[in-house]
Amino acid sequence: MSTAFPRALIVGASSGIGATLALKLAGTGAKVAAVARRQAELDALAAQSAGRVLPYAGDVLDYAATPALFDRIVDDLGGLDLFIYNAGVMPPVEESEYNFDKDRQMIEVNFLAAVQWSNLAAAHFEAARAGVLCGVSSVAGERGRRGSPVYTASKAGLTAYFEAMRNRLTRYGVRVVTIKPGPVETPMTAGLKLPLMITADQAANEIVSALEGGATEAFVPGIWRPIMFVVRNVPSFVFTKTNI
Amino acid sequence: MPPRPLAQSPRKVFDGFGFCQRSVSAFVQPRSVEDVAAVLSRASEEGVRLGMRGSGRSYGDAALNGGGLILDMRHMGRVLSWDAERGVIEAEPGLTIRELWTRTLADGWWPPVVSGTAWPTLGGCVAMNIHGKNHFRMGGISDHVLELDLITPGGEHVTLSPTRDPELFFAVLGGFGMLGVVTRIKLQLKRVYSGRLKVQQFHTPTLQSQLERFEQHTQDSDYLVSWVDCITSGAGLGRAQIHRATYLHEGEDPDGVAMLSPAKQDLPGHIMGVPKSIVPKLLKLFSFNLGMQAVNLVKYAASVVGSTKPYLQGHAAFHFLLDYVPEFRQSYAPGGFIQYQPFVPKEAALPVLTEILRRSQRAGIVSYLGVLKRYRPDRVLLPHALDGYSLAMDFPVTAANKADLWRLCGELSDVVTEAGGRFYPAKDSVLRPQDVQRAWGQDRLSRFAALRRRADPRGVLRTEWAERVGLDVFDR
Repeated sequence: MSTAFPRALIVGASSGIGATLALKLAGTGAKVAAVARRQAELDALAAQSAGRVLPYAGDVLDYAATPALFDRIVDDLGGLDLFIYNAGVMPPVEESEYNFDKDRQMIEVNFLAAVQWSNLAAAHFEAARAGVLCGVSSVAGERGRRGSPVYTASKAGLTAYFEAMRNRLTRYGVRVVTIKPGPVETPMTAGLKLPLMITADQAANEIVSALEGGATEAFVPGIWRPIMFVVRNVPSFVFTKTNI
Repeated sequence: MPPRPLAQSPRKVFDGFGFCQRSVSAFVQPRSVEDVAAVLSRASEEGVRLGMRGSGRSYGDAALNGGGLILDMRHMGRVLSWDAERGVIEAEPGLTIRELWTRTLADGWWPPVVSGTAWPTLGGCVAMNIHGKNHFRMGGISDHVLELDLITPGGEHVTLSPTRDPELFFAVLGGFGMLGVVTRIKLQLKRVYSGRLKVQQFHTPTLQSQLERFEQHTQDSDYLVSWVDCITSGAGLGRAQIHRATYLHEGEDPDGVAMLSPAKQDLPGHIMGVPKSIVPKLLKLFSFNLGMQAVNLVKYAASVVGSTKPYLQGHAAFHFLLDYVPEFRQSYAPGGFIQYQPFVPKEAALPVLTEILRRSQRAGIVSYLGVLKRYRPDRVLLPHALDGYSLAMDFPVTAANKADLWRLCGELSDVVTEAGGRFYPAKDSVLRPQDVQRAWGQDRLSRFAALRRRADPRGVLRTEWAERVGLDVFDR
């Protein structure tokens, strides 16, 4: 079986979209390095993929360990064609709650660690004049929302960072892809009632299509693109009156 | 809190000046001798391989260290002392040639040896033992270095000069940063009485006549350089435009003293009427063999019809051809370019340079820019110069020509080493271990290896160039 990405690395791959993506890419024939904290879940993916998913236990917040882990993975894979940053957290934040502990965790996992990992991959791809750098952001990054101020801020930051990476790296033959999923049924959204919810399997299929099809920005599913066009253009004085 | 391990330092993509070689390295930027000593000691303890870099003007991989640590010396660029009476400057290695002459010219002193660009750092100049268009008279920069301070990875702090540990001194000069970090350079400058040179241009219709004119003028010129048309074959093979220049004596130039002001040394904003900023884009339009043939033809024709009457030109304008067009290298985008610069003994110059031009034309890989210069023998342990000539050739690199270009350069290197020729690490992208072994010979390489074992017992210093040409593999 031929694959567009013989050597892939997914950070945040033990469950949800990341795990499903890892299995799908492995199914196309790719060797997929999967990074997450939970060794048992990664081992299960390795078993399910007949060893094509390679488990690397690691915490994205262990900033000191990340460069060496990245180098080891690239060595083990014999290079890198595709990098996906998919790690993300969205702890429940109540109305009127201002919780710096949760805020810090979201900024660190969703944004700061994404920057560290993606910088490493970006430098590798820039030097190689090839590669696909992909970040899983969110439709939540399109506007600041009252229900999840820092989650939306972390995703807005991630979207802007990936846009900047695209502007920096396109000239070197590196494709930078921003994925903006709407709600997806994963452990992160368990128990939440959200509109237009899709399964992780559907989301992973659409992401693989976007990666293989040459996209640089993909709403998942595509219906979010026109919805977000409208939402982005709602004037602030109207937005303040909504419950979005 | 203990300091961050060196391997976790910020990373950057570094490239060679020809930008066809590049790699990712962690980097640190020392600001003092103490910083350098600390980094060397920690690199040794942490098992990190360290390569030095200044302005990154080496064309290939001589200032690259992919996967290791780059010691970026640009933040150690202070002038430590300047004696305007004797023309002696002491400076840190990150000082650029430009910063050097802008400090000294008004006092009537010019660097005795400068490269074709003013951006290299003194550390890089010393490590590569740079030459200018006057090597046949003034030698390399090594001939004008009075003293060096060196810190070795082994922890030694030494002051070197032609009389203090001369063996190590003449190995550090032109030792491409493999023996330690130079932290202070004391340099003797050249007295000048005008901010200008007397320049004369003329053309020579063949390679043979070009070499004859060079030999004629080595006695009465301070600088000699020619642009060689590497594309034209047949009777016009190796035809050229020669520029010779001489210093002006005291009182010879009525505006000489006024012209010593650095402000008067600005490079022209236009080249043949074209604003400099668009020259790279314009050149890019001609960056194919036929296009460059046309450019070479026009340039040669201009030299034929041009006046041979001497004229006065500022030092900077005469020397820093590469700085005329900022980012001229972008005309070679996206694949970049290499420079291949063999050095050939005088007696073998005509047949070997003829063979080089013919072989490259037969291979269909021609240099868009060829530059010929004259040299004298050099005192350093690993010299590139010899009593003879160098022909520097720029070759564009593309995905389609890369394998053939490297193969051609391998063949040319065989021709060069067969004739007793040598090469210049600052320009190199293509040399193989056997080329370096033949060029320098086992005796010189063994002496260099012994000095490395003394200075760097744990093998901390490394560049991609040293590794590629096999210098990194020796009996420890």
